[in-house]
Amino acid sequence: MIRVEQLSKKFGAVQALSDVSFEAHDGRITGLLGHNGAGKSTTLRILSTVLRPDAGHAVVDGHDCVEAPLRVRGSLGVLPHASGLYAHLTGRENIRYYGKLHGLQGAELDRMTGELIERLGLGTVADRRAKGYSQGERLKVALARALVHQPRTIILDEPTNGLDVNAVRMLRELIRQLRASGRCVLFSSHVMQEVAALCDDIVIISHGRVVVRGTPAEILAATGAADLEEAFVRAADGGVPA
Amino acid sequence: MTRAVRIVFVKELLENLRDRRVILSAFLFGVLLAPVIFGLTTSVASKRVVENQDKPLRLTVSGSEHAPNLVHFLEENGTEIKTVAMSADEAMSAVRGGGEDLVLLIDAEYGKKLQAGEPAPLDLVVDTANNQTGAGADRARRLLEAYGGQLAALRLLVRGVSPEVIRPVDVRMLDVATPAGRSLLILGMMTYFSFMSMLVGGFYLAIDTTAGERERGSLEPLLALPVRRAELIVGKMLATSAFMSISLLLTLAAFGVVLQFIPLEALGMSANFGPRVVLAIFLVMLPFVPLGAGLMTAVASFTRSNREAQSWLSVVMLLPIAPIMFAVVNGTKPTAALMMVPSLSQHLLATSLMRGDAIPPLHAAISAGTTLALGGLLVWIAIRLYKREAILG
Repeated sequence: MIRVEQLSKKFGAVQALSDVSFEAHDGRITGLLGHNGAGKSTTLRILSTVLRPDAGHAVVDGHDCVEAPLRVRGSLGVLPHASGLYAHLTGRENIRYYGKLHGLQGAELDRMTGELIERLGLGTVADRRAKGYSQGERLKVALARALVHQPRTIILDEPTNGLDVNAVRMLRELIRQLRASGRCVLFSSHVMQEVAALCDDIVIISHGRVVVRGTPAEILAATGAADLEEAFVRAADGGVPA
Repeated sequence: MTRAVRIVFVKELLENLRDRRVILSAFLFGVLLAPVIFGLTTSVASKRVVENQDKPLRLTVSGSEHAPNLVHFLEENGTEIKTVAMSADEAMSAVRGGGEDLVLLIDAEYGKKLQAGEPAPLDLVVDTANNQTGAGADRARRLLEAYGGQLAALRLLVRGVSPEVIRPVDVRMLDVATPAGRSLLILGMMTYFSFMSMLVGGFYLAIDTTAGERERGSLEPLLALPVRRAELIVGKMLATSAFMSISLLLTLAAFGVVLQFIPLEALGMSANFGPRVVLAIFLVMLPFVPLGAGLMTAVASFTRSNREAQSWLSVVMLLPIAPIMFAVVNGTKPTAALMMVPSLSQHLLATSLMRGDAIPPLHAAISAGTTLALGGLLVWIAIRLYKREAILG
């Protein structure tokens, strides 16, 4: 469960976010949609507490991102836009490193790591160094690393960017599984089709402001558009208020 | 050490031990390259001195027919004479070109002036810019002066005057340099190499943990873990420090081995470099490790890329070297005040240990105290820099 209220953030003279509010609920997939530079990554970075907002609140599973950043980070699974692995560690070691830093140890760490490796089909490559991994294998390890502590809330920043078709399908399947197990999934994208294919709720963001949000049906109604693509173009470029 | 610090430390050690590039630069430089370069230069230098002393002086003489007695004297005193006929200009260009080391020009006027009791001209052509012939030139000049002295004494005796009259003072040189003392300049270079390999040992880790991790895109997910940033960077700096310490210890041990094979004794020098001295020098230099790790990490945190970090750190690595160069050139003696200067104090203490002197406990305490204090400050700055939002770039 994510609640964002009137978030603002400035980088120097650039107002990256102003008055951004939305919610993402457990058991649902929420898409944060917008052009490049609209403020999606800044919002997600405030949620993962690597950035601090200038004003407003962000609350993850009841913990405030500014007041209790360690608790927020403990309950979040994060797949940032740039999600590099340690090339000289094996896939399994990469996953275990994150598990340990989440406080897992012993049999529990072994079990969680093993389960994810099996579930993501990494069995044959898990004990090879990450240096030689394919793009899909890298993504799987990065996902396993983000999920190793069984987070209730998962944030993915442009996860499908630059992936081949198979990797995208695998990722969509995984996101649906997470929803089915009652997790809150928030992911950002600048591709309308991507969001339309997966999301229960959509938040369209433009120039640092939320222009429209709701279920796909609500967004169609609010924008008066015939389809979601038309709605995105109108909302993102025209600035229909939420 | 918190659990998170330990986890980060162990992971960084493991990852970097597997990185061939890190191992090569960290340990190859210090352990092999530095002692080998050092060993080669010193053994060549000491061999040359030995050869120059044993070898007969070789002197090229032009116009020897004008001074048969002088030539005879030179030959009696172990000089190998090569007789040539050269003009002054030819002689000078031959020496300048390196074709001849030394040329003695005997003027046609020599005999006449000698008989007349006037100063007889002798020209010794030397190239003082050539280190290899400097010793030979000195020996030739001393021989010629000795010959002149003999002639002067004879002339005085002929006139019934004691030659002692023209020797009002008798200058005697008493050289008090101990054998180990004389080797200090050469051994002083060793602290320079030791500092270099200590810093090179942590070079890649300092970069990898900041600019490198950002460039690979592994920094942001790491910062989203429920671990304080201070714990992450402290774990990383501890790993950097571990590499620096290992590199330093291996380098000192390698020096200990290499010095067994360098003929320093032939130079009248002896190096005090047994296992106990190696360990003592290691302990004296160890307080510099956190300072170096903090400095390199702080500087690398400012940079935007791996490449930029590398060029900045190459400059930063020269900083601790500067006071050492100054001390080596000036022959600085250790004082309590100088012990407050990091790197210089370690250099002075290490040279004292090599010389076989006991070091005052106060000096060692001041050196360790001030260096650790400055190191603590730099570590604190590195932590502060790591906490900035801009660390994500």
